[in-house]
Amino acid sequence: VTGQPREVDVLIVGAGPAGLAAGAELAAADAGRVEILEREQEAGGIPRHCHHGGFGGRLERSAYAWASAAGSAYARKGTTGPDFARRGVAAAVAAGAALRTGVTVTGWAGPRTVETTGPAGPEQITARAVILATGARERPRSARLIPGTRPPGVYTTGELQQAVHLYGLRIGTRAVVVGDEPVGHAAVATLRAAGVHVVAVVTDRTAPALRLRSPRVPLLTGTTVTELTGRRRLSGVALRHHDGRTTTLRCDTVVLTGDFVPDHELARRGGIVLDPGTRGPAYDAAYRTSHPGVFAVGNLLHAVERAGYAAQEGRAVAVPVLHRLAGTEEAAGAGRRLVVDAPLRWIAPNVAGPDGARPVGDRFVLRTGRRLPRPLLVVSQDGRELHRQRLLSTAVPGRPFTLGAEWVDRVDPDGTDVRITAR
Amino acid sequence: VTVTLTTAGPLPSLDDAEATYDVVVVGAGVVGAAVARELARYRLRTALVDASDDIGNATSKANTAILHTGFDAVPGSLEARLVREGRDLLAAYAAEAGIPVERVGALLVAWDEDQLAALPGLRDKAERNGYHASRIIGADELRAREPHLGPGALGALDVPDESIICPWTTPLAFATQAVRAGVHLHLNCRVRDITPDADGHTLTTSRGPLRTRHLVNAAGLHADEIDRLLGHDVFTVTPRRGQLLVLDKLARPLVGHILLPVPGPAGKGVLVAPTVFGNVLLGPTAEDLDDKTATGSTADGIRLLREKGRRIVPGLLDEEVTAVYAGLRAATGQEDYRIQEYPGLRYVAVGGIRSTGLTASMAIGRHVMGLLTAVGLDPGEPHELPPLTMPNLGEAFPRPYRDAALIAADPAYGTLVCHCEQVTLGEIRDALTSTIPPHSPDGLRRRTRARGGRCQGFYCGAAVRALFEEERP
Repeated sequence: VTGQPREVDVLIVGAGPAGLAAGAELAAADAGRVEILEREQEAGGIPRHCHHGGFGGRLERSAYAWASAAGSAYARKGTTGPDFARRGVAAAVAAGAALRTGVTVTGWAGPRTVETTGPAGPEQITARAVILATGARERPRSARLIPGTRPPGVYTTGELQQAVHLYGLRIGTRAVVVGDEPVGHAAVATLRAAGVHVVAVVTDRTAPALRLRSPRVPLLTGTTVTELTGRRRLSGVALRHHDGRTTTLRCDTVVLTGDFVPDHELARRGGIVLDPGTRGPAYDAAYRTSHPGVFAVGNLLHAVERAGYAAQEGRAVAVPVLHRLAGTEEAAGAGRRLVVDAPLRWIAPNVAGPDGARPVGDRFVLRTGRRLPRPLLVVSQDGRELHRQRLLSTAVPGRPFTLGAEWVDRVDPDGTDVRITAR
Repeated sequence: VTVTLTTAGPLPSLDDAEATYDVVVVGAGVVGAAVARELARYRLRTALVDASDDIGNATSKANTAILHTGFDAVPGSLEARLVREGRDLLAAYAAEAGIPVERVGALLVAWDEDQLAALPGLRDKAERNGYHASRIIGADELRAREPHLGPGALGALDVPDESIICPWTTPLAFATQAVRAGVHLHLNCRVRDITPDADGHTLTTSRGPLRTRHLVNAAGLHADEIDRLLGHDVFTVTPRRGQLLVLDKLARPLVGHILLPVPGPAGKGVLVAPTVFGNVLLGPTAEDLDDKTATGSTADGIRLLREKGRRIVPGLLDEEVTAVYAGLRAATGQEDYRIQEYPGLRYVAVGGIRSTGLTASMAIGRHVMGLLTAVGLDPGEPHELPPLTMPNLGEAFPRPYRDAALIAADPAYGTLVCHCEQVTLGEIRDALTSTIPPHSPDGLRRRTRARGGRCQGFYCGAAVRALFEEERP
C-alpha cells in the first residue's frame, strides 16, 4: 500500500497554466529532475475546455481567465483555451520536464513526500521542492445552499464545458445561467454551441457589468435563486428580485457560474496554513507557504485570476525554487500576515516576506465584497501608515484590482499584522 | 440460476401457470429487500417490485445511516425487539458482505440542566431495552472526547455501540443476494390496484398485471395506500420530512462520535454524525407533511440546521456543504412498527417502519417470513445463500486506488475518475455491469460515490456521465 519510494528535485502537483509554466521554467534552468503530476488524463487544466478566445492576449488583463463569449472585443485577442493549453504542455515537455498524466496525489507521507496513485500503481515521491498548483473550482449547488429538489440538469460551467466540448454530451433545451461574471458569458456561449436556448442570465448584483453582456439574452439583476424544481429532470428555477417580486423560469438546465474556491484539500491535508480571505495557502511574494520547501502558484492561491497571470506566477516561482535547491533561500516564517478589512475580501500575496520581496508585476491583487467607487486603499501596521493609494476606477465584486507594492520594505518584521483597508 | 431483472416491457404472463408467484413483495427499500433476501433462502417463486428505477430509492437512500443499539426504543415494543435482533444480524452480515460499518459510539449531549437531569432516565430505559453499556459522563470527559464541541455542554450519555453504516450498500447487498438466488426484480413497476380472490391476488401495475399467491406490503411511504387497496383502514402514513446537510471530509476530524440531542418536548432534535464515506451529517429536521413526494430541501430547513449545527460544533459550518437532501420518514402516528398478518388474505402488511428500519431490516425480514408461514405459505426447507462481497465504499477500509496488487492486475483500478471521492474507472465499470446495475447517474453514485464529493461534478461530472451513457445509452 505504501508504494515504491522515489526521489526527484522538483515535484509540481497540477499541470494547468501555473504548473506547466513552472515546470517549463525550472526544467529550462537545469533544476534537475522536474516532474509534473496531473490527475486528469490530459494536461492543460481548465483552459482545455474553454473554447473561447482571449487566452494570453495583451488585453487579457481585463478579460481574465474565463474571458467573455465569442464576439466580444477580448475574444479576438490571444488564442483559445485548448490552444493555450497545448502550447503550455508543449513548452514544458520541450524544456525537459517529466509530465505524467493520470497520476493523482492522494496525500502526504512526509514534509516533502507525497503519496500518489495511477495506472502504474501507488508511489511515494520525495522532492527537494514541492510546488502546489492544484487550481480552483466553481462552487456547486450544494455549497451555495440552493434549496429544492435534486434533479439532473444542474451544472457548473466547468462540468458544462467538459460535457459539451470534451464529451459531446446532450445538455437540454432551455437554460438559465446564474452569474454575470465573464465565466457566466462563457457558459452562455457554450450553451449556444450545444444548441440550448438561454432563457436568462441571473445575477444578484444590482448594476450590470458595464461591457460584458451576452447579446440577445435577458439579464436579470438584483435577483437570487430561491429554489430548483423538478423530479426526473429540472423543470424550473424560482427567483426572487430584491424588491420582493418572485417568479419561476421554466427550464431544464441551470448553470451555476463563478463563485470560485481554491482546490485546497491537498494543502490542508499537509497542514499548510491557509489565508482566511482567499482560503488558499497563505504565501509570500516568493510563493512560499508555511511549510519550508513547499511552494504554491496559480489559482490555488487566489480564485480566480486569468490563465496568463497563473502562468506568469509559474514562471516567477522558478527563482525562489532555484534558491531553495541551491541552499541560498531567504529564511521564511518571519513574514507578517497581510489582513484586509471588510468590505475587502482578500489580498494576494497575503504574507509580507522578510526580505522585502515584491510580488509579480510589482502589484498585489485584491477583491472586494461590495462595489467601491474610486476607493482609497490604506496600508498600515500597528497604527503606522505605510502607504495610501487612490484607485482611479470602481472596484466591483468578482473582478480583480491591484495595489502597488512599493511599501513592502517598510513592513516591520517585528511588528504585528499589516492591515489593508478601503475607504 | 439466471438473474431476472426487468425495468420495462411486459411482466410474466397471467396465462402461464408458472408465472404465478408464491410471494410478491411490494417495495424494494431496505425492508422489502431484506424480506426478499429471506424468501430467497427457500424454493419459492418470489418477485420484488418497486415503482422506481432502483432499489432503496426513497426513504432508504436518505436517512441518517446509523446502526442503532435500540437503547432509546420504547421498551417492550415490537420495534425495540426487532431493532435489538436486527442490529446483531446486520452487524454480522455487514462484516461478511463487506458493508462498511464503524463503531464510533454515540454521545447524547446535554446542553442545559433539564437535559442533564433527563440522562439517568435515558440510561435506565437503555437497561430496560437490554442495553447495559451506556453510562453518564461529565462535562470534562465529554470535552476531552469531543474537543470541538460548542460551549455549554454539561455532560452526556455515552452509548459506545452506536455505529454508522453504509445506507446504500445495505439494501443493494440484500437485493443482489436475493436476485442471484432467483428472486425476480421488477423495477419501474408501480402497483395501482389489487384484486384478491380465493387463490391469491392479481396486481394491476404500471407494467401490466401480476399474479401471486401471497403478498407482502413493504411500500414504505405508500404502505397505507397498498393496505387500503385490500380494504383496510388501519393506519395512515404521514410523511415526516427530514432535511440533512452533508459536510465535506475536511469536517470529519471535528467530530468523533454520533452527537445525539437529548429528546425533549420539542421532539428528537438535530444530530451531528460522521458517515462511513468520511463526511459529517447534520440533521434531520422533522416536518409533518401531506405530500409524499416533497423531498425538496427548503431555505428554512437549511437555516435551522445551520443554526443548530453552529451550536453543536461551531467549526463545522466553515467547511463546504457537499450535499443537501431530504428524506421522508413513514410516520403513522403510533410509536411502533405496524406489522400485521391477514391469514384470510395471505397478506402481510409492513407499515410504519421508522428511522430504525435500516437497523431492524434483517430482523423484520425474519419476522415477516414467520408471519407468511402463519398466513399459509409453506416455504419448505431453507438453504444457505452463496456468500456475497460488496464493493467497499467505506473510508475506514481499503479502497482500490491504494491497492498495488489490484492495480497491477488491472490498471483501471489505478485510474481515478472522481477525484474528490477517489473513485476509479474499475469500480465504475464494475458497478455498471453488476447484478443490479444503476439506471441513473444517481444510482451510479450510490454504488460507487462517483461525483458525490465536494466538487459535485465540476471536474468529473461529464466523464462519469459519459461512462454511464456508454454502458446504458
